[in-house]
Amino acid sequence: MKELRLMKGNEAFAEAAIRAGADGYFGYPITPQSEVMEYLMAEKPHERTGMVVLQAESEVAAINMVYGGAACGKRVLTSSSSPGISLKQEGISYIAGAELPCVILNVVRGGPGLGTIQPSQSDYFQSTKGGGHGDYRMIVLAPSSVQEMADFARLGFDLAFKYRNPVLVLSDGAIGQMMEKVELDEQRPRFTEEEIIKNTPWATTGKTKDRERNIITSLDLDSAKQELHNHALQAKYKLMQEQETRYEMISCEDADYLIVAYGTSARISQKAVDVLRADGIKVGLLRPITLFPFPTEIISKLADQVKGILTVEMSAGQMIEDVKLAVGCRVKVEHFGRMGGIIPSPTEVVEAMQTKIIGG
Amino acid sequence: MTKEDIRKPENLVYKKTELLTDKPLSYCPGCGHGTAHRIVMEVLEEMDIQDKTIGIAPVGCSVLAYEFMNIDMQQAAHGRAPALATAVKRLNPDKFVFTYQGDGDLAAIGTAETIHACNRGENIVIIFINNGIYGMTGGQMAPTTLPGMKSSTSPYGRDVHMMGNPLKMTELVAQLPGTIYVTRQAVHTPANVRKTKKAIRKAFENQKLNKGLSFVEIVSNCNSGWKMNPVQANEWMVENMFPFYPLGDIKVND
Repeated sequence: MKELRLMKGNEAFAEAAIRAGADGYFGYPITPQSEVMEYLMAEKPHERTGMVVLQAESEVAAINMVYGGAACGKRVLTSSSSPGISLKQEGISYIAGAELPCVILNVVRGGPGLGTIQPSQSDYFQSTKGGGHGDYRMIVLAPSSVQEMADFARLGFDLAFKYRNPVLVLSDGAIGQMMEKVELDEQRPRFTEEEIIKNTPWATTGKTKDRERNIITSLDLDSAKQELHNHALQAKYKLMQEQETRYEMISCEDADYLIVAYGTSARISQKAVDVLRADGIKVGLLRPITLFPFPTEIISKLADQVKGILTVEMSAGQMIEDVKLAVGCRVKVEHFGRMGGIIPSPTEVVEAMQTKIIGG
Repeated sequence: MTKEDIRKPENLVYKKTELLTDKPLSYCPGCGHGTAHRIVMEVLEEMDIQDKTIGIAPVGCSVLAYEFMNIDMQQAAHGRAPALATAVKRLNPDKFVFTYQGDGDLAAIGTAETIHACNRGENIVIIFINNGIYGMTGGQMAPTTLPGMKSSTSPYGRDVHMMGNPLKMTELVAQLPGTIYVTRQAVHTPANVRKTKKAIRKAFENQKLNKGLSFVEIVSNCNSGWKMNPVQANEWMVENMFPFYPLGDIKVND
């Protein structure tokens, strides 16, 4: 049965992970996401479901614990914030190379470097274009509410196992820290040993006499084989693009102008759309829910309808490059954003729309 | 007795364990890895736990250990094997888990993972091959390279004032309360092979009894990295490595 609660985004993610049947969480504290592990430790999921929760010695160790657990066919996850996610990139590349399923939460804070602990969206490039070494992609889910923090924990596991690929939930300090009403799914059982053997026959579960040994590796010194492996990965990413692109359209039907924004920026932009519409300016909001795969097709379609597009991002403008790729040179695409942990106000977005797009 | 007679099953006194694949080893002739692989696999076979064992391979010369060991294995990033092993064991407490790591892997880039897995007392086995040099990348200095020892990145010999002192990982982890059995062995003579095999058996028995972490260092040679033939390398190892890395049990908590 579903349950209604008032929770922080980070806590909702943690509770939803337990209810999604997670087998293990491995993490390292960093603001503004430490509530994920704090909640899990306080909740004692080992008593509720048998889930293992461990504080690692570093982000590097934590993501490699995720690798080890995922290689056994288990539902495992980790969470961190920007500088910590940078440390995890080595492991993420290995996980993508070895084709292992897992969920990674990034509660983004302002950077570069140690930066600030306030919310930001400046990890877009790192999240959607690779981050670690090699040609790989992750499905990137961008929640804009506490409800989606909870929903994407479960969806993340489902997609991760569907594609044998890491799934990144790209949140930020505002959504991680804010409290909202959240409807929690009922508890899903953890995988049984039999289910793991049946559903993930590639997993290292101990070599029985009736099968060949299972090897989890991202290594193949033979370049021809390595290229084949890369082709297979790219085919998988193409399939994700065809099947998993998710977005939300708000007031786009009659829109003359369009805002493209995700996460916290989308919430601010929604208010800006209301203000502009009250002034008689028909503005729509396209909110990408998956940042990879990016909703290129719908943005391309909307470009034929609108006179200009504004991207609102809490960064110097990163997603705008994907919007421009979708639009080509058909209409003007401009960016508005704040950096360093500052959340733009709806008024600023309205002004940017008026000066950069409508009057620009 | 003819060769044919010797090969008759009833006359065989020793045969290769089925837990080693038929793939030719990628190691240099005279290298200790082959023997170390063999005795680890023999122990698993003798304990009849091969179907419950998950091994973690390192980066370095033994990066392809999973090609030779006929069990389920995971290949870790450089130095991270103890982190993988931690999760594998925590999530599968009924399985046997071991890492197989060289000195560059375990004592340089993976120092943090090694020390913390040992300190947490993860119920796993760590097998540490120490040849005092980076073999795979072409004989560069390792954390375990001896003072004065030449390598491609210490061509005039390791100067401890400039390059620091060799790290005795085994003595270091022996101090941690999480380690239950810490030993240093070698595989250069039949007698030492037998001793090392006994140590590895004890390590896996400890895991069976949920005692904590067992750490087995095997001091080994690197003929190509040391620029010697196998016989010279073993002699050099006995003369130079063993005084600095003395063989024997360091900690036995029964």
